[in-house]
This record gives sequence, C-alpha cells and structure tokens, in this order.
Amino acid sequence: MNSGKRLVAGGAILLAALAVSLPAAADELFVPMPIYRTGPYAAGGSGIGGGTEDYFAMLNARDGGINGIPIAWEECETAYQPDRMVECYERQKNEGTKGATVINPLGTGLTYAILERAAQDKIPLLTLGYGRTDATDGSVFPYAFPMVVNYWSQATAMVEYIAQESGGKDKLKGLKIARIYHDSAYGKETEFLWDEMAEMYGFEIRHFPVAHPGLDQKATWLQIARRFKPDWVISRGFGVMCSTTVMEAARAQFPRERLLGIWWCGSEEDAIPAGSAAVGYRTTTFHAPGSDFPVIDEIVKYVHDRGNGNVERDRVGSIYYNRGVLQGIIIAEAMRKAMEKFGVGALSGEQVQWGMEHLDFTLGRIQELGAEGLMPPIKTSCYDHEGGGLVKVQEWDGAKWKIITPDWIKPDHDLVRAEIEKSAAKYAAEKGITPRDCSAEN
Amino acid sequence: MLYRESGQFKTSYVRDQAIFPIAQDRWGLFLLLLFAAVGVPLIANEYWLGSILIPFLIFSLAALGLNLLTGYAGQLSLGTAGFMAVGAFATYNLVVRIPEMPILLAFVLAGLIAAGVGLLFGLPSLRIKGFYLAVATLAAQFTIEWVLTSFGWFTNYDASGVISAPPIVILGYAFDTAVSRYLLTLGIVVLLALVAKNLVRGAIGRSWMAVRDMDVAAEVIGIRLYRTKLLAFAVSSFYCGIAGALWAFLYLGTVEPQAFDLNRSFQVLFMIIVGGLGSILGSFLGAAFIVLLPILLNNAAVLLGGQVRADTLSNLELIVFGGLIVFFLIVEPHGLARLWQIAKEKLRLWPFPY
Repeated sequence: MNSGKRLVAGGAILLAALAVSLPAAADELFVPMPIYRTGPYAAGGSGIGGGTEDYFAMLNARDGGINGIPIAWEECETAYQPDRMVECYERQKNEGTKGATVINPLGTGLTYAILERAAQDKIPLLTLGYGRTDATDGSVFPYAFPMVVNYWSQATAMVEYIAQESGGKDKLKGLKIARIYHDSAYGKETEFLWDEMAEMYGFEIRHFPVAHPGLDQKATWLQIARRFKPDWVISRGFGVMCSTTVMEAARAQFPRERLLGIWWCGSEEDAIPAGSAAVGYRTTTFHAPGSDFPVIDEIVKYVHDRGNGNVERDRVGSIYYNRGVLQGIIIAEAMRKAMEKFGVGALSGEQVQWGMEHLDFTLGRIQELGAEGLMPPIKTSCYDHEGGGLVKVQEWDGAKWKIITPDWIKPDHDLVRAEIEKSAAKYAAEKGITPRDCSAEN
Repeated sequence: MLYRESGQFKTSYVRDQAIFPIAQDRWGLFLLLLFAAVGVPLIANEYWLGSILIPFLIFSLAALGLNLLTGYAGQLSLGTAGFMAVGAFATYNLVVRIPEMPILLAFVLAGLIAAGVGLLFGLPSLRIKGFYLAVATLAAQFTIEWVLTSFGWFTNYDASGVISAPPIVILGYAFDTAVSRYLLTLGIVVLLALVAKNLVRGAIGRSWMAVRDMDVAAEVIGIRLYRTKLLAFAVSSFYCGIAGALWAFLYLGTVEPQAFDLNRSFQVLFMIIVGGLGSILGSFLGAAFIVLLPILLNNAAVLLGGQVRADTLSNLELIVFGGLIVFFLIVEPHGLARLWQIAKEKLRLWPFPY
C-alpha cells in the first residue's frame, strides 16, 4: 500500500470511529462509568462495572431503556488513582443530554477525590458499600449516597451476628475479638466503633494493622493465634490482603468458621486463591451470590446470549458481578422515581438526586424487578441516605459462596446514627455548610 | 539559524551572567509565559484547566524538587510523596488550627515544615550513598504515611481519616473557579522554578553538582559536605511540600494519606528520569510525559470505543505507555531535556548543517 492509500484508509477508520462516538440526537440518560480494569484491584472494578453495564444493556434491549429513554454510558479507566478519577469526572460530567446523572466511583479514595466537586455540580454519587460513612446524613451531604450498608453499620451488624452465634448479647461479655486491618485510613475507619462496642458489651478487642498490600501477615498471626488466642477474628482488607489472611489463619490452625471478613473480603477472587484453606470462611454481604434470579436470567438472555456482555460470561453471578447488577437496579429505580416527579425525558443529576432520596424497594417491588432474594429492602430519605443497613453472612464451601443467615441482620441504628451525626456536624462546621432542613423536604 | 547567537555581544559581566544569555531563550520563555498566563485561560475550558494543566503544574513542581536533590546534588530519594504529604497535612493543620492564617503563608510554613522533616531524613546521607540512601529515604516514605494514618491529631480526628481543604481565599478573593486556581498554581510554580534556576546556577548549585560528581574531590576543594547535602534535602523537601499542599488544596480537595503512597514517589522519580536528571526543563517535560500521556492515550482510546473490547483498551493504554517509556529511554538515555538540547544545537545550524 503506498502512502497516499494508507492515508485515505487511516482517514476512513478515523471517520468511522468518530461516527460511532458522535452523540445521538435523541434524549438519553448518561451515566459515566469510572472503572478499573487494570491494576491490583481489577477484579472488583471490572466485575462491578461490568455488572452495572450489563444491567443497563439489558434494560435498553428489553424495554428500550427507562420509560423508553435509553441509558447511555461511557467507561473511563481510573486505575484506582484519585487524580485519574478527577480527570475522568471533569471529562464526563457534562456529556449526555443533560450531563452526568449519577456517578459510582468504585473506591473510597476515589470518592473523596470528587465528593465536593460532585456536590458543587449537583451530581449524585452512589457508593455501594464504601465511601464516606457520615454521608449517610443527607442534610449535610445531599449528593452522596453510601447506600444499602455503610462501614459502621456493618461493624455493628457483625457484633450482632457474633452475639447470635454465641447465644445472646449477654454472652458477648468476656469474648476476645481480634481485628486485623489494612493499615490505611480505610482500614482504621471502624476502629473507634469497635472500641466503643467492646466497652458496651464487655468483650475484649485488639487491633492488628497490616501494611499495604497485606502479603506479610506471619508475625501478625503469631501474635493473634499464639498470644491473644481470640474467639473471633474480623478481617478488614481489600484485594490480595484478604486471601492472605485466610491462608495465614489456616496455617495458624485458626478455625475459618470464626474468621469473619467484611464484604470487600468476600468475593470469589478472595476465596479461590486460598484453595482448600478457605472452606468455612465467612464474610458479611449485602446481596446474594449466584445466578438463580430472574433478573440475571434476563441479562443472560438479552445481553450475553447476543454476545454483548461487558464482562466474561463465566463471571455472571459472581459476588462482584451481582453487586454491579444491584448498583444498576438502584440507579434505574432512582431514574424511574425522578421521572415520576419531573416527567419522562432526559434527567439532570439534580433530578436523579431527588429520585435517589425517595427510593422505596419494598418486597413487592423487588419481586417485580426479578431480584427477590438478591437484595434487601431499601428505603431512603433526606435524613437517611443509607436506606436500611441490612446484612447477611455467607460462607465459602470450597466452590461457591452460600448464604448462611436466612434473615437479614439489623445493625445497631441508634449507635451508628449518633456517630454519623457527630461526624457530619463536624464536617459541616469545618466546611461552613448549613445543613438542609430534612423536615421541609418532600 | 533560528538559534544563532552571533551578533549578540555581551559587553558587561552582568549580561554575561544573565539567567538566559541567548535572546531567543529569553523571548521564547517570555512568550511561553505570556501564553500560559493570558492565552491559555482564554482558550482552555474548565476540563483542560482544572484536570489537566493544574496537576501537570503541580507535578512539575514536585519533580523539580526531587531533581534538585537527585539530579543536581546526586542524592537518590524515594521519599518524595512522603514530603508532599507533610506539606499537605501541615497546611491543613495550620489552616484549621489557626483560622486567621492566610493561605499563602500557610503554604510557605508548610514548605518549611516539610523542609525540616526532609532535613531529619537527610541525616543518613552523611554516612551512606547511592542505592543505600534510596532505601533510607524509603523509610521516610513509610514512616510519614504511617504517622499520618495512625495519629488522629493530624487529621483533626476525622472519622474517615481524611483531610479536606477549606475554601481558598486570598485578600478577600475566593479562588473557586478553575481559571483562578490555574493562575494561582501557575504563579507559585513559575516563582519557585525561577528560584530553583537561580539556585542551581549559583554557588549553592555548583557545590551540589560538585558533590554529585565526586564528593571526596568536593571536600578537598573546601565544600562542606554535610551542609551541602542537608541543604539539598531541605530545599528539595520544601519544593515537594509546597507541591503536596497544592495537590491537596488546589486539585483534589479531599485527601487521605494513601494518596501519597510509594507509587506517587516512584511516579515523581520516573518523571525526572524520563525528563532529564539535573535539568529544570527536564522536570517539566517529565511531568508532562508521565501525567499527560496516559490521559491522552485514554482519550484516544475512547475514540476507539465500540470497536475494541473495553478491557483490552484499558490494558492497551498501559502497553503503549510502557512502550513509549522504553522507546524514549533507548533513543535518549539522558532524558527529554537532552533531546531539546540536541534540537537547539541543530536549530543553530539549520538550514545549512555542515
């Protein structure tokens, strides 16, 4: 091919690429998808992001979107870096018919990086099981939604579960609990709450930090298993640290049934590397694993069977994938709510924020969506951006996760709420924010 | 021809010692600065100013700080991000605890605090050199991150362990738009770059370079090693501290200590290696390469979206970026600044090379 022909061919390819990326003239609901498909946490980023995209693709293929308005999304690789997150956010916030409708940063550090920008630009942040805990107080953080369960609720629900297992709250007295955590702001976040609960219930708690990335836990486990000899071990890590904890527990012959991980330690990617050591290992979760749900069947039918999947087909039904589907369900429902109030059409971030604040997933509604058993009931308001805080516990049987608590476990709402309000008030004072009056909202 | 200096006579010592002795350099820089200060805010939109140019300028400053230490004084350091963290958290604490504190003064004081910390971690440089010193400065990186995470005082007992920047107001003017923040960053970076340029061509810079090239010989000709090395650590940490404060206050807004992890240190180190060790210009070129290129590749990848699978695209970005680093280091091991120097030599003769 001579250079002239090559130029023409190159130009044609470029034009084709441009034609595809040109914005559609019709209304659309634009959702930016910050994602990390590379780096140490890629399993989480690609699984959750892929699940959400698959759910959107299913809605578009089955119903033509939401009330006939298609959902559009565009990925932006953040590589789990806060500065890249800011760049992605600024690039995508004005795309679509009325700008970005909602953003899910998929990381606590990434959430901090755009928390204030999003509030200023009136774009709601949906942080499912991560993010800033005190953002649950919607009067100070109108645009942040740490939904379903936040970290503090999880800690209290864990104590509730341990009490159930031990035969009542009075049996907590005298128990020894070790908490092994990622030595970072994220890992330390719940420390004070555990200390407070230890005092309340009379159990003994000790905290064991592990330096990033968490591969070296030998000395820590010597201390835990030989010296402290706890009844329970709580594992609060992320990525490779989680499976290392499980393997070290096996090496120290600590019963895996007493090793209770948080939900970021409870995916297939955390259990499989530990091999047979992980059998019996338990973690919390706020949604069910597996693909035996009508909504997942629909996704397979409308998306994967047509070869349009956004993630490998064998990951459908995995923990991260289902978390992504749940995220998609919440976003779609918030958009439906917003359309009930503002009319059918393209939505702005501010309108979706209203929808997010008026979510009501009753059991009936969940059944209609084909997600019965997949997700807990959720009801949000201006006062409560979390929407429930219900948790289940799952156990690894060597091949898959199985839910072992039939009922949802309730967190200690009073304790958590008091701490959230204290922390949110401090943030408001530091930033000079006047909290909204939630009783005036409708 | 473009760079020919014939006809530019230096008739006094002052003119011979001028910061940019060649007229083309003077005018080029003047036009560049004029463009950066007036042209860019006129043509660039919020996205370009707020999320591309500001981080580029801030990282240039951090790279400049490390270049003073590693490129000029020859002391390898892996603690850059740690010193940036000191600057960021010091500014936060100064502003929160002393509300009357003007923000610019807080930046300077934070830089001085970072310089103090840098001085402390520079002490091992008096006894050890080279890679061993790199390991000693690695301790700075880990210690600082650990201290900021473990002691609630530094984050004002924030429940999430993060700091967030209060509104930036100087003399009653609120810097809340992308343009104003860009101009503020630009002003600080240009000022500090000017100071750095003058430092390295004066007695201090010459003693740094003497120590870098051979410390025994430097000692023989009367350079006091401990003062020179520690000064390099202090000045470098001052620059990094200010860069960290700008990073937290003018760019991210809310930061956790983990935003200043070891990867950040490596990132800055790669900037000066790719850009050019011992060159002010190299710090800027390296920062441009490391900060801007991935964003450019990512934007280019979006154009291809739909044709290529999303996960392939994400990894392709890393492959191309890595390939380009290897390419530039093979083509010019002395960094991008050296390429510019060669280009200048060529332009001097162009279009009639012999």
